[in-house]
Amino acid sequence: MSHSLLGIAIVLAQFLLLLGMSFSIIRMVRGPRAQDRVLALDALYVNAMILLLTIGIRSGSLLYVEAGLIIALLGFAGTFALAKFLMRGEVIE
Amino acid sequence: MSHLDALPPWAAIVVALLVLCGALLAFIGSLGLLRLGNFYQRVHAPTLGTTLGTFCMLAASITCFSVLHGRPIFYEILIGVFLTLTTPITLMLLVRTALHRDREAAAAATPPHE
Repeated sequence: MSHSLLGIAIVLAQFLLLLGMSFSIIRMVRGPRAQDRVLALDALYVNAMILLLTIGIRSGSLLYVEAGLIIALLGFAGTFALAKFLMRGEVIE
Repeated sequence: MSHLDALPPWAAIVVALLVLCGALLAFIGSLGLLRLGNFYQRVHAPTLGTTLGTFCMLAASITCFSVLHGRPIFYEILIGVFLTLTTPITLMLLVRTALHRDREAAAAATPPHE
C-alpha cells in the first residue's frame, strides 16, 4: 500500500513540477522587461533540476543526480552572465 | 517500479512525503513568479523552490538511495551546497541590475534641465 502511495506521490510531484515549469515559461514569454525573463529562466532551470531528481528516484539511477548537478552549474553561469550583460552591456569587462 | 518495492514501508512513506512537499513548494514558487505584481515582489517567489523545495527533494533522494543501496550516499548534498552558494549571488546581481535599469528609465523619462 505504501508503495502505491509512493508511486502516486512521485507522479503527482512530476505533474506539479511540469506545471511550475510551464508557469515559468509563461512568465518568460510575457515578462514585461528583460530582468523578468532572466528571473523566469532561473526558476525554470531550478524546476528542471528538481524534476530530474524525481525522475532519478523513479528510475533508481544515480546518474540523474549528476545531470542535476550539471544543470545547476550551467544555469548559474547562464543567469550570472545574463544579469551581468543587462547591468553593463557586456559580459566580461 | 520494481526497485522501489525493495524499500521498506517507512522509507516509502518518508520518501513520498518529502517528494510531494518539495514539488509543492517549487510549484508555489513558480505560481508566485506568475501571479505577483512587479519585479521586486516576483524575485522573492522562486527562492521558495530553490531553498526548501530543493532540500526536501534532496532529502528524499538521499533517503531513497541510502536505503536501497544499504550504505549512506551523500553526494546529492553537493547540489544543495552549490545552490545555497550561488542563488544569493545571482539574485542580488539581478536586483541591482533591475534597480540600475529602473533608475536609468526614470532619468530618461524626466525632462532634462534647461
